[in-house]
Amino acid sequence: MHEPLSPTKPETAQQSPHQPTQDTLAKATGAQRYTLDLAPADCLWAGAFRPGAALGLAHASFHGLDADSVRAALALPGVLRVLTAADVPGTNRQGIVHKDQPVLCDTVIRHAGDPVALVLAESPETLRRALALLRAMLDPLPGVFSPEEALRKNAPQVHAGRKGGNLLLAASINKCSEGQADARADARADARNVALTLKRAPIVLRGTFSTPMQEHAFLETQGGFARATDDGGLDMTVSTQAPFRDRFEIGHALGLSPLSIRVRAPYLGGGFGGKDGATVQCLLGLAALHAGGRTVAMRWDREESILAGYKRHPVTMRYALGAQADGTLTALSCSLLYDTGPYAHLGGEVMELGMEHAAGPYRIPNVSVRGRCVYTNNPIGGAFRGFGVAQVAPAVEAMIDALAQKLGADPLELRRKNALRTGDVNSTGVRLTSSVALVECLDTLAAHPLWTERTAWRKAAPPFIRRGVGLAAVHNGMGYGRGLADMGIAKLELTETGEFLIYNGVADMGQGNATAFVQLAAQELNQPLAAIRILQPDTALCHPSGSSSAGRTTYSFGNALLKACAAMRTKLTARAAQALLVDNLANLTLVPGAVLHPATGRTLPLAVLPRFLSRDDRICVSEFLMPVAQDPPKTGKAFPIGFPHLFFAHAAHLARIEVDELTGQVRVCNYLAVTDGGRVLDRQGFDQQAHGGVAQGLGYALCEDMQLQQGRILTPDLSTYLLPTALDLPDTISLSAGINEPTGPHGLKGVGEVGMNGPAPAICAALEDALGVRPRHLPCTPECVLNLLRRGKRTHRRRP
Amino acid sequence: MIVTFTLNGRETSVEAQADERAIDLLRRLDALDIKEGCGTGECGACSVLVDGIHKLSCLMLAAQLSGRAITTASGLGGPEALHPLQQAFATHGAVQCGYCTPGMTIAAAALLEQNPLPSREDIRRALSGNLCRCTGYVKIMDAVEAAAQEMTSTHKDKP
Repeated sequence: MHEPLSPTKPETAQQSPHQPTQDTLAKATGAQRYTLDLAPADCLWAGAFRPGAALGLAHASFHGLDADSVRAALALPGVLRVLTAADVPGTNRQGIVHKDQPVLCDTVIRHAGDPVALVLAESPETLRRALALLRAMLDPLPGVFSPEEALRKNAPQVHAGRKGGNLLLAASINKCSEGQADARADARADARNVALTLKRAPIVLRGTFSTPMQEHAFLETQGGFARATDDGGLDMTVSTQAPFRDRFEIGHALGLSPLSIRVRAPYLGGGFGGKDGATVQCLLGLAALHAGGRTVAMRWDREESILAGYKRHPVTMRYALGAQADGTLTALSCSLLYDTGPYAHLGGEVMELGMEHAAGPYRIPNVSVRGRCVYTNNPIGGAFRGFGVAQVAPAVEAMIDALAQKLGADPLELRRKNALRTGDVNSTGVRLTSSVALVECLDTLAAHPLWTERTAWRKAAPPFIRRGVGLAAVHNGMGYGRGLADMGIAKLELTETGEFLIYNGVADMGQGNATAFVQLAAQELNQPLAAIRILQPDTALCHPSGSSSAGRTTYSFGNALLKACAAMRTKLTARAAQALLVDNLANLTLVPGAVLHPATGRTLPLAVLPRFLSRDDRICVSEFLMPVAQDPPKTGKAFPIGFPHLFFAHAAHLARIEVDELTGQVRVCNYLAVTDGGRVLDRQGFDQQAHGGVAQGLGYALCEDMQLQQGRILTPDLSTYLLPTALDLPDTISLSAGINEPTGPHGLKGVGEVGMNGPAPAICAALEDALGVRPRHLPCTPECVLNLLRRGKRTHRRRP
Repeated sequence: MIVTFTLNGRETSVEAQADERAIDLLRRLDALDIKEGCGTGECGACSVLVDGIHKLSCLMLAAQLSGRAITTASGLGGPEALHPLQQAFATHGAVQCGYCTPGMTIAAAALLEQNPLPSREDIRRALSGNLCRCTGYVKIMDAVEAAAQEMTSTHKDKP
């Protein structure tokens, strides 16, 4: 089915075999253990009672559990406890920035997955039976199921009595061309100036777009196990992206000292942002505090994972773009409306990233972005690869394509003309002193046969098939941004047996940072891969190095690790000098398994060297702090943290699709992702991130369709929420067009996020190319495509 | 009831409950390379070979294991003696988070048993019941192709 075309498959460089690390071999053979594989066999099991879903209620007042049902559950042999909000010792509120989410709800449920009780049982089977017996006394409350409804006057309040009502956060970013900015940095004056520039622009285009909720659908659902320790703390092993931060979230919610909580994060079976912030942690901690010292495990099944897990925020976007007749962009104004569900989680921060990227990777002198993030009774929005940016990319790219059509310009040339370059001021007013290689990405794409041969390919469409080719230019900020230390702290030990042990401070959710760290250390220490071991994050042994997110892990921890390796080299050669009777350190060098004195050929094996050293002396710890924009713009005042960013990954994507005129089915025939991630350290890891991001982006664009009705999820499992299979995805080609990022470890930037942002706009552009009509909403399911086809028949104008 | 079967070549007799799922019994026996991703037969993470045929252990009752030969991913090979598929998955970058990998290698092994030199399209079809959320499947396809080549050429070399 997949038609041969040159080149049909990733080029040979990508296919070349690669020496695997120990963890990759363990995963390939099934020997790798994930969180719940490590739980003791005799542990207790905890499960949350979430009554809203079964009753079809997303907003209801809660008047307690039905006492008879609690008695019946407790009467089951093997049921130990039924806990409620009254049993929660602390604030009973979790949340990363805003503490607004109850661990167990006390008086009201705010979405269909809210928990009101926690059951402890001897086995998963007993637990299921007990949960099925419980009944909650709920009275329906009127709900709000879209941000528009939620912002209406007299709308039902998600958090009754909250100052600010249903509006979690309103913010604006304004930037005016030089000389036009308001001297007092008055946001309204700046916004007016942008509006004025827009009004005066020779070409003004407008559009409204919306993007849907998306499920992370990591294969390993949320889970963990925990035990109360003798000193009143907790020892927890959990599938988490942020073990160090978790301690503070758990401590706040449960009234424990955060530093009395130990969190270990083994390899994750996927995360993508959905395990950033407490999932099972607070419930599990609560269960452990009531388990009499026994270990308690918790595992959400797929339905609970979809019901209670965090989602990508749906967004409605209104855009206006102004340009000169030659295609130079002059002004962009937009407003974004984010649905965060009933709890803040990272809603404000996700919106911040969306706003920061709303103008795309383009040079636009006048920009005004307004954002509102709103509470509703829908499922909870949270972090997801692309973090707010995946939503705005299809909107701004639609505007660029509309301008190309209006001007009769080549969409690639128009992008190249306006693309940001190193040294430019970006749409938030930050001067990009970092590496920017978007033009290189576009040039590489422009030279590829998938682009140069597009016209002939399009014309060769078989009967009842329309073909289309679309492209997109995207970017994604790296790291936490200003106001928050994006720091990695690497600890490296020469073990007693002469191997090296890395204490990883950033969880590996599958993006391969652990592998990258082993490769970096092997290279820096001049040792074989087998001589480097890596310990996964454990708050008692490793150093806090932030969350596994924001394309930051390999950059921040990698830089710290390079420093730790350099310190280790210096240390070991110095210690070996004593044993080797050498009086000049410069003459000593690390070789595989030994320190060598080349002049004499004398060596000291690394297996022997530790005998001369105390443990303290076998350890090096180094930290690295990501630089931030030094002269930040005077806008975006509403964001206390995370604004703006200085480093960005970029990408140019191309999609070739076939649309079946009879069924509306879209087949992605070819996909090309050209990425600027700085210098490529590990080609395989780089391609993996591009392929994976594109796969999730294509799911977002075409088939992942979370259906809600009054806050209830109508697609509760993987038979109704459809993920792309091997039959649905093309052999994505990944190319690098990155240039050296001087601050990166060996010149690299993080590429985990940016691949997610291209597919939605590229697919929409390809559909427009095929049908003559641009989709305004995602996903482009066959039903939507059939509707577009009908509209296209009326307005269809084939481009040359 | 007592259920008797072989697990990765080892004769096994174990007490099972009437309503116990095969996946739970097998994981209870420390076959922790079997993963549960959905519990409803949608994701393929719990794939095992039952008498050489690819089955989903979350959809089987423990009693259905009776008299069968069960192979899990670690029964194909291990870090010390890699199966060509495992070798190819590791070297070709087909592993990211690795949670779907045991099921993927089982599904691929079943395919190669039936069809030693499958086309890329054959591989797509054979693995379409195994979801992967990390890789986009590109490198998984590469790995299965490489393993098929490796296995057929090794086979031919044998006298």
